[in-house]
Amino acid sequence: MTNRTILVLLDPATEVRTGVLELLTIARGLGRVEAVSLESPTVEALAQLGAYGVGTVRQAELPPALHGDERHLPAVVAAALAAAVRRADADVVLLPTSFANKEAAALAAHHLGAGLIIDAAAVSEDDDRRVVGSKRVFAGSWDTACAVTTDVAVITVRANAVVPAAAEAAVEPVVEGFAVQVPELPVTLVSRTVKPRTSGRPSLEEAAVVVAGGRGTGGDFGPVEDLADALGAAVGASRDAVFEGWWDAYIGQTGVTIAPRVYIGAGISGAPHHRGGMQAAQVIVAVNSDPEAPIFEICDFAVVGDLADVLPQAAAEIRKHKG
Amino acid sequence: MRIVVTVKYVPDINTERGFEDCRVVRSPAEGTLNELDENALEAALQLVEAAGQGEVVALTVAAPDGDVALRKAFQMGVTRGVRVSDDALAGSDYFGTAAALAAAVRKLEEESPVDLVITGMAALDGLGSVVPVLLAAELGRPALHLAKKLAVSGGTVTVVREADDVTEELSAPLPAVVSVTDTANRPRFPNFKLIMAARTREIEAWTAADLGLDPATVGAAGARTQTVSAAPRPPRPETQLVTDKGDGGVALAEFLLRNDLV
Repeated sequence: MTNRTILVLLDPATEVRTGVLELLTIARGLGRVEAVSLESPTVEALAQLGAYGVGTVRQAELPPALHGDERHLPAVVAAALAAAVRRADADVVLLPTSFANKEAAALAAHHLGAGLIIDAAAVSEDDDRRVVGSKRVFAGSWDTACAVTTDVAVITVRANAVVPAAAEAAVEPVVEGFAVQVPELPVTLVSRTVKPRTSGRPSLEEAAVVVAGGRGTGGDFGPVEDLADALGAAVGASRDAVFEGWWDAYIGQTGVTIAPRVYIGAGISGAPHHRGGMQAAQVIVAVNSDPEAPIFEICDFAVVGDLADVLPQAAAEIRKHKG
Repeated sequence: MRIVVTVKYVPDINTERGFEDCRVVRSPAEGTLNELDENALEAALQLVEAAGQGEVVALTVAAPDGDVALRKAFQMGVTRGVRVSDDALAGSDYFGTAAALAAAVRKLEEESPVDLVITGMAALDGLGSVVPVLLAAELGRPALHLAKKLAVSGGTVTVVREADDVTEELSAPLPAVVSVTDTANRPRFPNFKLIMAARTREIEAWTAADLGLDPATVGAAGARTQTVSAAPRPPRPETQLVTDKGDGGVALAEFLLRNDLV
């Protein structure tokens, strides 16, 4: 075992999301784990962090001049992470991949002179004790590994990289405040709105199972939602379907990039743009009325048929099995 | 309005992409302008057209093959193209690339001020989406990343961005760095006249020394990460294909149950 210190970004601190639990699980394999928050963690969050082996939560004390939502700006998150690394003399910073976290990770690495890896699927160490991030690239067709050659590594890790596992022995986390200097913000935050998460469904980014609909739905996402709910899955869409206004979040290399255990695409042909966002899924299933649909080339299992018939039947069968 | 648009020469996503000696294979036959940079070019051209005067400069860091990307920018209506090429830049990480781009922007500033740098939201080969932000940090300018809407008025740039279930409106004084998403606009199709003109336009080639870059801080020598392995994934097992004859849904459910995926 090493004497590394690993910081995991906990944002928000009011709940410990699945993505953070995955990071804590990875971090324990690398060394001593601490969390960094920008607000006060809840009692429930602390208990869960303790179960995952987090001994210290470093809570950023932000300048009072900073108001409201400004603490969400990547420049502020980056300042907090850089300050936490210096305070804890940490070696690795892990963040769940998101557009905002990539930005914060890049700026933190810039402040720290640290090496940066984006969208790692695994983090390990090599024979020279360097931190190595592994990635699946080119729409899931190549595996690469990158070693960090600087003292500090900043790494964003994609969702579903590991199955979260609690520590062998729970600990009682201590919350320690630390002051963060934030230079004058060059950008003015005029407004910020957060889309509420759909209750009862996992988020697309984090879900282990995703059912996605495309042009072949003709705008009716009822069968897609029906199968998703039978499976406890998230719902996604192709970019075409979102441009048509049928759904709000699209899977693709410029939209949400997912790597679930199971991806089920319905009425999606599988254009390169879409494949770039889902091809890292472990198991790929497709339903399409066109037997020539390109998505069939990358599937484990496929049904040629009308999704309006196939999806509800599959949903009913799964509900029957679940009792 | 003087705008620099950074562009990247990438392997076409519709071709078989791969690595050789841990570096991305870039061949002229399959190399192209990063599609997401077309949105950046379109945004810049629209701003200059609206201002009624100004210049759009396309800037790339690439081997000479990367001229393909600049030619495509000319076809859209850009009038000046700069390529930074140097063996010392090969193997650059995000920071080395950002440093080289920033040095080239500063050199362009020696001629006259650059009001805006506009980039695409990501490059389709690496998909890191961090160079725009690092470029802004290198230049010491505000970064407005992932703009879905972009407006410039009275020396202020305002953007609306949508990412990770959050919608934000951000503003900053010029000069600034803005990245635009693939939904920000619809890139124009080149017309015949511009396609012909693009063939003969001169491309300015600058070296690391021209930009005053220390070779130890860029390229493989300055990189903070090193790709240590790159291997193609094994091919997927053959697809199990079922044609629905009334029980396709049951077959799908059985596949999931059989493989313990429910």
